Parts: sequence; C-alpha cells; structure tokens
Amino acid sequence: MATLDSKIPSGPLEKKWEKHKFDSKLVNPANRRKYTIIVVGSGLAGASAAASLGEMGYNVKCFCYQDSPRRAHSIAAQGGINAAKNYQNDGDSVQRLFYDTIKGGDFRAREANVYRLAEVSSSIIDQCTALGVPFAREYGGLLANRSFGGAQVSRTFYARGQTGQQLLIGAYSGLCAQIAAGTVTMFPRTEMLDLVVVDGHAKGIVVRDMVTGKIEAHAGDTVILATGGYGNVFYLSTNAKGCNVTATWRAHKKGAFFANPCYTQIHPTCIPVHGDFQSKLTLMSESLRNDGRVWVPKKKEDCGKPPGEIAEEDRDYYLERKYPSFGNLAPRDISSRAAKQVCDEGRGIGSTKLGVYLDFSAAIKRLGENVIRERYGNLFDMYHKITGEDAYKVPMRIFPAVHYTMGGLWVDYNLMSNLPGLHVLGEANFSDHGANRLGASALMQGLADGYFVLPYTISNYLVTQAGKKVGTDHPEFVKAIEEVKARTEKLLSIKGKRSVDSFHRELGLLLWDKCGMGRTEASLKDALAKIPKIREEFWTNVNVLGDGNDLNQSLEMAGRVADFLEFGELMCLDALERRESCGGHFREEFQFEDGEAKRDDEHFAHVAAWENVGEVAKSVRHIEPLNYENVHLAVRSYK
Amino acid sequence: MCFSVRPYGRPDVTTVKAIISFYQSSIGKKWIVALTGLVLVGFVTGHMIGNLQIFLGQEPINKYATFLQGLGELLWVIRGVLFACLGLHIVTTVLLTIQNAAATPQKYAVTKSQAATIAAKTMAISGTIILAFLIFHLLHFTAQTIHPEWQGWHDAEGRHDVYSLVIVGFQNPLATGFYLLGVFLLCMHLSHGIQSFIQTLGLRSRKIADPLTTASPYLAGLLFLGYAAIPVASILGILKPLH
Amino acid sequence: MSDTLNLTLKVWRQKNAGTPGKFVEYPAKNIPTDCSFLEMLDIVNETLVQQNIEPIAFDHDCREGICGMCSLVINGVAHGPERATTTCQLHMRHFKDGDTIYVEPWRVGAFPLIKDLIVDRSSYDRIQQAGGFITARAGSAPDANSVPIPKQNADSAMDAAACIGCGACAAACPNSSAMLFVAAKVSHLALLPQGQPERTRRALKMVTTMDKEGFGNCTNYYECEAVCPAEIKSSFISMLNREYAFAAVRDGVSVI
Repeated sequence: MATLDSKIPSGPLEKKWEKHKFDSKLVNPANRRKYTIIVVGSGLAGASAAASLGEMGYNVKCFCYQDSPRRAHSIAAQGGINAAKNYQNDGDSVQRLFYDTIKGGDFRAREANVYRLAEVSSSIIDQCTALGVPFAREYGGLLANRSFGGAQVSRTFYARGQTGQQLLIGAYSGLCAQIAAGTVTMFPRTEMLDLVVVDGHAKGIVVRDMVTGKIEAHAGDTVILATGGYGNVFYLSTNAKGCNVTATWRAHKKGAFFANPCYTQIHPTCIPVHGDFQSKLTLMSESLRNDGRVWVPKKKEDCGKPPGEIAEEDRDYYLERKYPSFGNLAPRDISSRAAKQVCDEGRGIGSTKLGVYLDFSAAIKRLGENVIRERYGNLFDMYHKITGEDAYKVPMRIFPAVHYTMGGLWVDYNLMSNLPGLHVLGEANFSDHGANRLGASALMQGLADGYFVLPYTISNYLVTQAGKKVGTDHPEFVKAIEEVKARTEKLLSIKGKRSVDSFHRELGLLLWDKCGMGRTEASLKDALAKIPKIREEFWTNVNVLGDGNDLNQSLEMAGRVADFLEFGELMCLDALERRESCGGHFREEFQFEDGEAKRDDEHFAHVAAWENVGEVAKSVRHIEPLNYENVHLAVRSYK
Repeated sequence: MCFSVRPYGRPDVTTVKAIISFYQSSIGKKWIVALTGLVLVGFVTGHMIGNLQIFLGQEPINKYATFLQGLGELLWVIRGVLFACLGLHIVTTVLLTIQNAAATPQKYAVTKSQAATIAAKTMAISGTIILAFLIFHLLHFTAQTIHPEWQGWHDAEGRHDVYSLVIVGFQNPLATGFYLLGVFLLCMHLSHGIQSFIQTLGLRSRKIADPLTTASPYLAGLLFLGYAAIPVASILGILKPLH
Repeated sequence: MSDTLNLTLKVWRQKNAGTPGKFVEYPAKNIPTDCSFLEMLDIVNETLVQQNIEPIAFDHDCREGICGMCSLVINGVAHGPERATTTCQLHMRHFKDGDTIYVEPWRVGAFPLIKDLIVDRSSYDRIQQAGGFITARAGSAPDANSVPIPKQNADSAMDAAACIGCGACAAACPNSSAMLFVAAKVSHLALLPQGQPERTRRALKMVTTMDKEGFGNCTNYYECEAVCPAEIKSSFISMLNREYAFAAVRDGVSVI
C-alpha cells in the first residue's frame, strides 16, 4: 500500500506554519514570469489564488465554465465568514477556532491544516476589507459580528445575506486588476475535460471552448484545481446547476487520490422539495436559526393541520428538547439528522411529509416584526418568492438538502495532491473540514488557500520544475486531446431515447435514498449494484442532440453526468468501507441508543484516499492516519 | 466622510485633453445637455415672469420691453449665450440619439415599458417641434417679419406698444393654437428635463431625489399655466389691445 | 398539490451570431404553478428532446437569484413581470392558464448573441477590468478595524455592491446603456475610504471603457431601476455623473 506523505512540518502545532514558511523554497521575483500556472475555477479559492499568483509575477491562466469569473458558486454563500479576530472580546482565539473546527469536523481533519486555517483567518478579513468588501458595521464604524452555525462566540463577519457574493466580487476585482495588468489571462466559458500528465507530473489540461466547441490543450508548470465540490451527484442540491465533479474526477482517473468522498454535508435549513420538476434546492441561511424555533407536531395526526391550529403543548421543539445547551443552533449534521428522524417517525409536515417548521412567531412577539425584517428581510422575501408563503404570518417549512462536500482530492500540507504538480484548493480538496463543515468556514477555507497558503507553498514544487517545460505538442497532450474528442463524439453519436437530465435525476434519487442522510450496508450495496446499470444504460441510450462545434448545453451536461455516474459509485464504496458514523456520514448501524453518531476512533481515525486503477469498483483504498497530539478525541456532544 | 486624501488626476493628461475627452464621453455630453438645458430653463422662467406683466396693464410691460431693448450690446451678448446654449443642446442631443440608436441594433419584438414617462420617451419629437415653434415665435414677436406693421405701433409715451401687438397677435386662433401646442410641448419636455438635470448634474441623492423628481412635472405645469394665460386671455377678450 | 398551466411560448431561436434568428412557437403543457420559469423551460426542453428537437439554450447557473447568469426578456420585460426578481426566481404562479409568453434574449449591441437566448456579456467584465477594483495585494492589508467606516457609508456601499452583474439594466434600457451597472461599481468603491486613492482613475477609465464597448447613453428613463433584481437605485447613476465630472476636473486641472 502506498504511503501518503502529508508533509506536515515537525514542531509544536502553533509553530508549524511559521516553520514551514521559512523552510519553503522561494522563486526569485525576476524568474516568476517564466512559470505558467494553470488555475481551473474562479470561485473564492481559484480567483484569490489566480490574483495572488498574478500579483507575485507568475504567468497565470485561469479557466471557468461560467460566462464570467464573478459567477462561480461561492457567490451564493449567504451567512458569513469566520475569523479568530476576537473583535467582540468574547474569548475567541486561534486556538478556539481551531478546536471548534476540529470538533465540528468530528475529529476527522488534520490538526496542522486546521490550525493553519485558524491562524490565517484574521488576515483574510483584513485583505477583504482592503479590497472594498462592505462587511456589516456597527454605528461606531467598526466591523460587526454574529454567532453562527454552532459557535459559542461571535466570530462571523457578514455582508447582509450575501457574504459570498461580496467576497467573490472582492476576489474577482483583484483578479480583474491582474487581467488588466496582463499577468492573468482569463478563459471564461471554457470547461476543463481532462488533465495531462507527463512523466508523472501534472503539466496541463484539455479544455473545450463552450462557444465554438473547440477542444484544445494548455500547458503549464503546475495545475491548480479549484473546481468546487461534487454535491450535484445527488441531482438536487443547493449547488449551482453547473457545479460538477468532472475536473477532479478526470484528475482522479489520471492518478490523483480521491479522499473521503462519503463525507457530504446535508444542510438543515433548505426549502423542501415540492415537485418532480424541481431542478435545485434553495438554502435559507442558517442564521435564521438564531431566532427561529424548529418544531413538528407531537402527534402524527396533527401533521395535516395548519400550523396555527396546533396548540403550543402539542408541538415538539425537538432540537431544544434534545440539545438544551445548543438548542436550535446545533451543528448542521446533527440538526439535519434530527429532522430526518422526526420525519421518519411520520411527523413531517407539508404535502410530502418531508419538512419541519421553522417558526419565528416567538421572536416576532419578543422583538417585533421590524427587527426580524431588518435581520432576515431578504431571506423572508426569497422564501416568499419561491413558496408564495408569508413567513411573518406562517412558519417556514424547511428540510435538509445536500449542500457541501467535505471530501475531495487528497492533498498534502502544501495543498499538492499525490500527483506531483497538481494543487487542489477550496471545496475541491478534502483537507480542513473533516467529516462535517461548520457554518461560515467554507469561505474562510477557500480564501485561506488562495491568498495565504498556496502562494507560499507552490514554490516548493515550482523550483523542482525549472527547465522542465513541456509544450502542447508533447505526445501526452496529443493523446489527451484525442481521448477527449473521442469521448465527445461518442456522447453525440449514441442518439438514444433518454435525455441527459433523466439519467442525472435517476442517479440523484438513488443516491439520496441509499447514500444520503442515513446509510446502511444494505442500502450501499444496493446502490453499488444499481449504479453500473444506470451507467451502462447512459452510454447506450442517452440522447445528446446538436453537434460538438457549437454551444451545446446537453453535451456539456452529458460529460458531467457521465463522470457523476462513475463518481457516485466511489462515494458509495467509501461510505460502505467506513464502518462508523461521523459528521456528515451516518451509518445507521453505528449509533448510540439516543440516535447520536458513534465514531470508531480505533479503526477509522484516518483519511481514506482512493486510487483509481481503471474500474471504479476495483479502486484501492489508501489510508493516511490522523494523529491527534493537541486535542483529545471526545464524543461530540452539543447537549 | 472621513477621507483625508483627495485623489488627483492622471499625470499624463493635459487640461485640453481632459476637456476633449470629457465632451467625447457619454456622461460629459449629458452634462452639456443638462447645463445648457438649465440655462434655457432659466430663460424660459424669466421670460414667462416678464411676460406676465402684461396683466398689470400697458404701462409696465411696455416699460419692461423698452428696458430690454435699451440693453444694447448686453442684449446681444445674452442672446448670443442663449443661442449658443440652444445650439449645443441640440447638437449634443442629436449626437447622443445617433449613438443610442447604434447601441441597439436589434429591437425587441415585444417591449413593455416599466418606468419611462411619455415625456421621456418623446424628448426628440417634442424638442424638434419646439425648435420649429421657436423659429415661428421669434419671427412672430421678436423680428415681427410676419407683421411688419407692428414696428410702427407706439404708446402714449412713444414707446413700442408691445402690449397691444401681443394681444393682437394672439387674437389669431391659428397663431394661438400653434403657440399653445408649442408651450405645451415645451413644458412636457421640461417635465422630464428638470428632473433630468438634477439627476445628470449629480444633485440627486436618496434624500433629495424623490421630492425634486416628483416636483418636476408640477414645475413644468406651472410654466405651462403662466405661458398659456396670455394667449387664452387675449383670445377670450380679457386682455384688449389699445392700438 | 399545485395547479398546472398550459401556455404557448414564442421563443427566440438562433443558431449563432452569423445566422438570422426567428421566433418559434412551442406549447408548454401541464406546467405546475410552483415551478420556476427556468424549470418550465426545463420541462419544455425535455419534451423537445423526446421529439429530437435541439433544446432551447439559455444561460443559468445558481438558480437562486444571485449569480446573475440567467437573462431572459419575458413579454418585453427583462427578468419578467415580478419586481426585484431574477428569471430563475420568477415562478409560474404569476402567469395565467392560456397565456402566450414571448421569450427573447438581452438585445444590446454590446452583448452579442451567442445562441438562442444566450448572449456574451464579457463587455461588463472589461469595464470592471478597466478600474473596478482596489489595488490591494494580498499580504499588504492593515488590520480591518484600523479604518472605521461610518455605518451609513458602509450600508450605502453595500446597497451599490449588491449588483449581480446580470445585464438587465442595459437590456431594459431603450438606449442599451450600462450606466446602472457602472454606477453601482463606481459608487461601491467611491463610498469606502479604501477606494479613495484610485477614485479618479476608476471613474474615468470605467466610463471610457463603457463608451468604447458600444453601450448607449443614459437619458434618464429609469427602466433599469425598474427591472434591477438587486434593486440598485438610479440615484447611484446621479452619483456616477457627479463622480465622473469631478474626476474629469481633477484630471484636467490637478493642482499637484
């Protein structure tokens, strides 16, 4: 079994990053423009990395599938971004943010990475403020904070309900400055379809121009993937429609290990599904749980009644009941599972019985409607737009939905994959959130990776590549282009009976049932048996109309769904092999009597990193043990 | 605001270059339209207040007219400025309109206006008709080429009898009709124009925007009433010529 | 639980920029009122695929009203009849059974058409690249609380920064003017102390680029404000007019 060298520096936890920065190699400023860096993805991680590397003087090429880098899905994050600034004087510190994140991740993340994340978090807020991000402020002109997603300190910075958009515009504007300066060349509406590996090193990518259909290659000295998560494998998720696993999956098939694909976060506060036509799920910011109370009827027979007719004593405020100290603010995985439990008991509400109430009537009575409107007006408006209901008058209906994926390509402390030259940032890597991500931590990680980690660590690889440039005329590039062209032509030539979307929906439903909020050995084995059949039908019966030399959205989706059909199998395989419950991975066989997740630290305190050897079913599971020297592994309790 | 540093311009730009590029820009042209419009609105307002003296009788208005004529070179300077403004206003709006047409090569099959007023949508048409009206008006009352005999009308003091010629002029229903149409279009033009220069000159903020924008059509309405009063009073016989 | 509608769509189909386009009529049957406008198009596309007709191409991504990708003119109104709503958040309950709906792309010279309902909005990116940023290299920032910003200024900056860059302002403008977009970008940074050093250059360069891209001139119709899904106020255009004129003066008569 190959050993995975995480390259974690020696020394005490709080000195590791400092030490590593000093030990890292440097590239002379005059030499930097000689290195070409390929960045795929323009979300918070990709845009911040491309901008920073451009500022440093590297020659950067940045790719995104959207029509503008400003539209990457980081934009949709609502709630906020954490930082250990302790501006509220409530006892926050790097150590506390570190501990909360490790514990929130159910003790399945690397100590050193998480500590570094907490350490650089402060600089992110400084940087974003300097870029003009209009964070919320107090009347004195200083930055405001709120407590968020299971934290007992107020460390979350926010910009109304659109922190993600404001941070992304900040990163994007920095990217624009570099594009104007000529250090970054931007390729929008361009999708990466394969990774090119030359002599064991990632040296370039094959892309398709989504407007002209042209398939071509780009060569570089290193490739950075910042392509987000794989939540859309479930078809319905809070991800954008275009989010996909293709870039990371193609890299995986070229040798990069995929770590912990079974860790998927199901977010508790989304608008419930209301029909077969539904194309995506909409998240309502978790901040709503600060003032909303979650409940379902105590009795099944009350579930059909309008909420106003259910007496106070007949309501079960189950989060407050089960977790008295955290109450409605219990972490995401725990709240989601609790919602599933009450719905499984038949006490769900709404037409599908898959929903719970999020009730603001007590808060409105206490604070007045105006205060609630000021805090959450935009969210209530959004809820109204989608459901046609007025949440000031009737409780919101919410239900968990796939939101974020903690798993991703395996990376070492330098954020480099086991495949040399391939760096992976943000949600696309696996590194910082363990088995569950805390609220307001994704934005933090994306920007940390792009602004303050990768710019220091990338030179460690680059110095080894001086004089080893490869052009796109290299046989490996030619071969990769041919493979992508053949695959595209294959998809276009099947001309079967079913639409791409219908396969995606089928896969999504299967995974949600068998590998969603609750998983069992039987359900996973069932999924593992069924996925190859769907895949087989896809490759013989999909109907992709139009041609390849044109903008063709069906063709784009077909390529992505084809990869989801392989990836989904690996996800189930990983879920099957991880015989414990932790964070977002809940195996029903492994739980305490009260339904809480039961970890198995003795056998599973490790990262599972999968190697592709051709067929997905035969993938090889490698292990990186997680050594906890600074925190004590405890049962995660929010009671 | 707490800005300690005032930003200054680009070192490689000279004053002449800056002026040229200002006029070349879309916002620069809007400023020219707004500033010249503002001068013309000022004239239109003053002209109306002066004319309304006709209701005070023959003496004040003829005295006022003689005063204006007595300004001599200054009068020509004022006229020069007004014509320059008018010329710039027209040339610049024509340029803007040509650019705007070029910016939208393909039109929508269906359009449903959400905010634009009729006045806003008809600025080019109203402006063109106003120009025609202005030429007629100048020939009618200022140059008096249509009625050369008016030149010889004098009051008891020997002053040019503007009082009578205005009333006589408006007793012609055709002339009055065209005049009323002209001032109506002028005021419609201004109902958009007044709020536009507030917007274009950057005077609008969230605190003063709405009252001024709302007031704009009422101000234009007042101008219309003031201008319409004289021909209406003339044709109804409320004002009677003394010549 | 939800009612359904039967509609007639008249959709603009155009293979590419070089080929003339035309309206094509499609029935949209049994459309649940709970679905969004884009989900309605998904349903129609599914039936088109069954008939081996190439599906309608339209831009979309987040489908939660924030990415700014979706861009349809519905019955003559950019983003459709609901105020402050993107196309993806427009729900079919706002339509009536039997309605005929015209669906057109943004028709703006500076947004060349790519296919069907998809246009190229990279001109907005180029305007942003001309100066819509604060040059602050990573690593050089002072502590975020070292410069207090009055809440009112921060809030106003946020009002402007809410722009999602969808292009509806230019699409709705009879002159195809991008002023509301540029106004939002310039105002956002001009209202913050961090934006001061580049304030003059930013206003000048962004407006110059806007003109160069071929957008029309603002004539104060305020159609942009009416369709803006992020509710950017037209008073920001007034602010841009002021910013630009002052910048031009500073540029031309700088005393240092």
